[in-house]
Amino acid sequence: MSLFDHKVSELHELLHKKEITVSDLVETSYKRIKEVDGEVQAFLTLDEERARAKAKELDEKNSDDKGLLYGMPIGIKDNIVTKNLTTTCASRILENFDPIYDATVMGKLHQAETITIGKLNMDEFAMGSSNENSAYKNTKNPWDLNTVPGGSSGGSAAAVAAGEVLFSLGSDTGGSIRQPAAFCGVVGMKPTYGLVSRFGLVAFASSLDQIGPVTRTVEDNAYLLKAIAGHDQMDSTSANVNIPDYLNALSGDVKGLKIAVPKEYLGEGVSEESKQSVLDALKVLESLGATWEEVSLPHSKYALATYYLLSSSEASANLSRFDGVRYGYRTPDAQNLIEMYKQTRAEGFGEEVKRRIMLGTFALSSGYYDAYYKKAQKVRTLIKKDFDDVLEKYDVIVGPTTPTPAFKIGENIDDPMTMYMNDILTIPVNLAGVPAISVPCGFAGGLPLGLQIIGKHFDESSVYRVAHAYEQATSFHKQKPVL
Amino acid sequence: MSRISVDQVKHVAHLARLAVTEEEAEKFKRQLDQIITFAEQLNELDTENVEPTSHVLDIRNVMREDAAKPGLPNEEVLKNAPDHQDGQIKVPSIME
Repeated sequence: MSLFDHKVSELHELLHKKEITVSDLVETSYKRIKEVDGEVQAFLTLDEERARAKAKELDEKNSDDKGLLYGMPIGIKDNIVTKNLTTTCASRILENFDPIYDATVMGKLHQAETITIGKLNMDEFAMGSSNENSAYKNTKNPWDLNTVPGGSSGGSAAAVAAGEVLFSLGSDTGGSIRQPAAFCGVVGMKPTYGLVSRFGLVAFASSLDQIGPVTRTVEDNAYLLKAIAGHDQMDSTSANVNIPDYLNALSGDVKGLKIAVPKEYLGEGVSEESKQSVLDALKVLESLGATWEEVSLPHSKYALATYYLLSSSEASANLSRFDGVRYGYRTPDAQNLIEMYKQTRAEGFGEEVKRRIMLGTFALSSGYYDAYYKKAQKVRTLIKKDFDDVLEKYDVIVGPTTPTPAFKIGENIDDPMTMYMNDILTIPVNLAGVPAISVPCGFAGGLPLGLQIIGKHFDESSVYRVAHAYEQATSFHKQKPVL
Repeated sequence: MSRISVDQVKHVAHLARLAVTEEEAEKFKRQLDQIITFAEQLNELDTENVEPTSHVLDIRNVMREDAAKPGLPNEEVLKNAPDHQDGQIKVPSIME
């Protein structure tokens, strides 16, 4: 039994009764990391000295004025900038990058009094579905060390599943929180676009990127989202909306709730195990008083192509800032500026990142802009409308998070198209900008499966309501990998 | 038929400021061709009267007061720069 088998609310109770200290929580993290991270390889950087000092400071603080997540150990995906703590995006081009400011979410976490344990591995610049695109290490799936943890937030999901931290932050552009959460048997939320500030999140595709929480339980997920959500002047796409208390949604009551199940999400390319786990989950939700009907999201099959054109186009523009001038790696012997740019980027970026920069530059280049980029933007409108139409009549949409459970390391790495297929059920959600969660819903061959629950814009409460009710009625989230 | 040539790949690489070897140019040609062919399924859809979506929020320009604030200290700005001299960031020569 680890302290991290407790929820935030229980740990706060134990702290309040002085049965444990914040230092105990921090030591639980580092002890577990020493035991298992040699195998799991979730962390890129640890922040031990400061974490211990912060724990001591909190333990000595004699005040009832405690932050929302007082003393809770957290891991941070390495594309979220952390002041004076190396931030690499798992890329060689940012090998020694030492940020001079904190992302807005980090400021909010400091306010909530979490303790940052370290930075988590990912696919380079969040481009990938397996963590195999990290320039530094391959994170393993704690359920089977020969399989991938998913990606791009693979480190964030694996560290939580392995009990190395209580929870973590990831980022999700096309499924990068939900897919690894499904693969690692944990809870991962992609909030509505604009709910969480992107200031200090190293941009991949600015119109799709969102930061979100990865946790063991739905309740902790709601806690962590509550801490990081909210309007921010530093992000011009940050929405100025009221943030409800998500914890109020965790009543277990889903009576009369209307669920839509898209036939496209239970169709071709989705494994029998994934389909069956969703049908079983629908039976559970029915027994709790919800109703469901089959619907259609007719443009789903176009989402993958739309996503790769738009996200790569935005990435090609966003990643032009890595030029070897102001920060990051610079090639040692270039003779002139253009050669310096080209060599720096050729040596600093990995293969997948280069491929997407190339695709994006092509799609935005003169003569191709209308045929590819603008066309994809128009199809995005159709995809978004599919969701708007269905969510007008139903409270949530439910389906599998991924077509299959986690795959073997090396299985898809040489075939970009097969790798991209992994995200067909998560990508449409980012294009529509709606919130979605993945919660554990079963196992296939010993590997976890995820149930995806999608909601209306800024209606994270309904998503949490359904996720929580389902979780309380099942026991998949209580199973843990043996390491 | 190939939708993209090696010369086009090299041109795109130049626009993207990426040095590519002949071998890489061949590989990118093959892979980009595959992805572009896949992307052309979007042509099945009639989007004549569809407005493009650049992002999903109903926000256009976001304004704030243009108030003067102190900038970053010089040493912070230079902290991560690969090369600097006399408080300025230094780069290789721009002109021959």
